[in-house]
Amino acid sequence: MRPSFQTHPFVQLFLARFREFVRTPEAVFWSYVFPLVMMVALGLAFRSGDEPEVSIAVVAGAAGDQLAAVLEKQGGFQVMRAEAESCRTAMRSGKVDVVVQLHETDGTTFHFDETRPGGRAARNAVNDVLQREAGRQDPLSTTDVTATEPGGRYIDFLVPGLIGVGLMGGGVWGVGYAIVDMRIRRVLRRMLGTPMKKHHFIGAMMGSRLVFMIPEIIVILILSRLLFGVVSHGGYAAVGVIVSLGALELACIGLVIASRAKTIESAAGLMNLIMVPMWVGSGIFFSAERFPDLAQPLIRLLPLTPVISALRMVMQEAAGLTDVLPQLLVMGTWTVVAFVSAIRIFRWD
Amino acid sequence: MTYAIECRRLTRIWPGNPPVEAVRGIDLRVEQGSCFGVLGPNGAGKTTTIEICEGLVEATSGEALVLGKSWATEAEQIRQQIGISLQETRLSEKLTVFETLTLFRSFYQSGLDPQQAIQMVSLQEKQHARIRTLSGGQKQRVAIATALVGNPQLLFLDEPTTGLDPQSRREIWKIISDFRESGKTVLLTTHYMDEAERLCDRVAIFDHGQILAEDSPKNLIRQLGAEHVVMFEVEGQDQPPEDFGAGLPGVISARSESGTRSLSVSEIHVAVPALLTAISERNLKLSSLLTRQATLEDVFVHHAGRALDAEEAGENP
Ligand SMILES: Nc1ncnc2c1ncn2[C@@H]1O[C@H](COP(=O)(O)OP(=O)(O)OP(=O)(O)O)[C@@H](O)[C@H]1O
Ligand SMILES: [Mg+2]
Repeated sequence: MRPSFQTHPFVQLFLARFREFVRTPEAVFWSYVFPLVMMVALGLAFRSGDEPEVSIAVVAGAAGDQLAAVLEKQGGFQVMRAEAESCRTAMRSGKVDVVVQLHETDGTTFHFDETRPGGRAARNAVNDVLQREAGRQDPLSTTDVTATEPGGRYIDFLVPGLIGVGLMGGGVWGVGYAIVDMRIRRVLRRMLGTPMKKHHFIGAMMGSRLVFMIPEIIVILILSRLLFGVVSHGGYAAVGVIVSLGALELACIGLVIASRAKTIESAAGLMNLIMVPMWVGSGIFFSAERFPDLAQPLIRLLPLTPVISALRMVMQEAAGLTDVLPQLLVMGTWTVVAFVSAIRIFRWD
Repeated sequence: MTYAIECRRLTRIWPGNPPVEAVRGIDLRVEQGSCFGVLGPNGAGKTTTIEICEGLVEATSGEALVLGKSWATEAEQIRQQIGISLQETRLSEKLTVFETLTLFRSFYQSGLDPQQAIQMVSLQEKQHARIRTLSGGQKQRVAIATALVGNPQLLFLDEPTTGLDPQSRREIWKIISDFRESGKTVLLTTHYMDEAERLCDRVAIFDHGQILAEDSPKNLIRQLGAEHVVMFEVEGQDQPPEDFGAGLPGVISARSESGTRSLSVSEIHVAVPALLTAISERNLKLSSLLTRQATLEDVFVHHAGRALDAEEAGENP
């Protein structure tokens, strides 16, 4: 056989990875289907559009019934009328945000949970209605503008996070786990006994990851656009650059994880050690800025944080690549540091 | 002439607590075109030695030349010319036989067509089957095919038939013999004495990281001075001493293991009548008597002082 494109070891190693991947349905599911399911589920759960309703419970009684009627006429309230005991049960189980009890003689009691989102807001909303009904005049006139334009909704926030999840899973599982598995099966050692070039092997493992990622990201972008109208306000070229560098960075993280682990247990431990902080801290589902200031520098240095934050800046705020330079720098540093140390400590058996 | 393999004073100490001296001064010469067998019990250092020759394990001291080349300076050239099958490899289950061989073929500058390698191990019918669906013997043949596909001058096989059924073992023996036909060299390790006797021109018997004996299987057996073994049992409580029969004419040595006595015998036609007479003189009663040709197993027993499958502690003759 003459050397040709088909028989080049890099191509063959790449093809082997590709075949193994597409012949592992669970790998395909977790990397292609799961992010889409998440997107659709969360996108629907937090969709905007319908007027958000305040759920309240009114303790039954003459005054209570009257209030309920007023609130229902006003709109925006979902009102439940019941005895005091069942009202409180409804609040404990999260069905209503606030319980209102009107006393015959001296005013009104609100029961609500201060720590629950929406509790105080619901109380204030009901209070406003009651006060206006009783004749209060507001000295200032106000206008409300609600955020439902594309770019500012939860789904717009979520899509960059899900892209990040995909890149992280692909790097850690697609590169890290795959290599450890080959080491355990002694295939790495077997290949070491051939004239195979080590850089062909490492290159094929990383390269295949970068290629599998392309359809994964494209499907997320297309589907989120069709279903929810999510678009990148900063264009798609910048998204492509960030995603590519991010995929490379996380593939290098996977390579480090894989460089020495000899058992599935030690690999799984390492994978969790590295992934859990990113799941929690990198702002996948909610903004990482909610963590205390003290933790912010650390959070910003997690490998996944700059990927997601750069994507959000580009997609939601129409930032350009120059605006996300700090993030790109962190990603680039991780890529180089992880790759060099992985190659240094890599063990073939 | 250059040897296919030449090891000088090889040692290997595995770090640990305590460190394990797996190989303790091995000298080995394997002639080109021969099949050389390394025999020995578990932990004898067979795998460590063969993997030093394969360039996968570094020797603590000593040197291994392969095809006249040194691992230190010509590793790449050596790898182009050898084929190896490790004691334990699980090839990717999701690839087909053909895909696996195409992959391994791509690592070599020159070699066989993957199809040819498949033919050599008689797996044409399975070439598009995923490896997961193959039997243990078929998987082992694929592993050997990956060693053959680079068209090597020298083939290393570490326990190629361990754990396989007799039919699969014979198929693998055939692959090895066919490979030999073309004048190429094989180094294999095995636990099975019959395998070594059948396949190998020379065998080295390993124990505790050293070579106990090395020669052709025929010579090793001949050098015992006892080419036959007489095995017998006697009935009753009143058992004669363990070395009963040792002094009889034609008997070289005697041993007893859990009631079965065996005599190493040079002249069976002299020894058997003498044994029968000795038994009747003592008023003993034979419950079984059996003679067989001596095998490499007996050579191991002779040199190591214990049976190949015996536990390390005790159980000496
Ligand atoms: N990677 C290793 N690390 C530490 N000790 C090892 C290693 N490999 C082998 N040993 C030790 O070296 C000794 C020789 O092992 P080796 O695998 O060479 O024996 P072997 O003759 O091939 O045995 P088997 O027939 O069981 O395959 C054993 O005591 C083993 O425990
Ligand atoms: Mg072994």
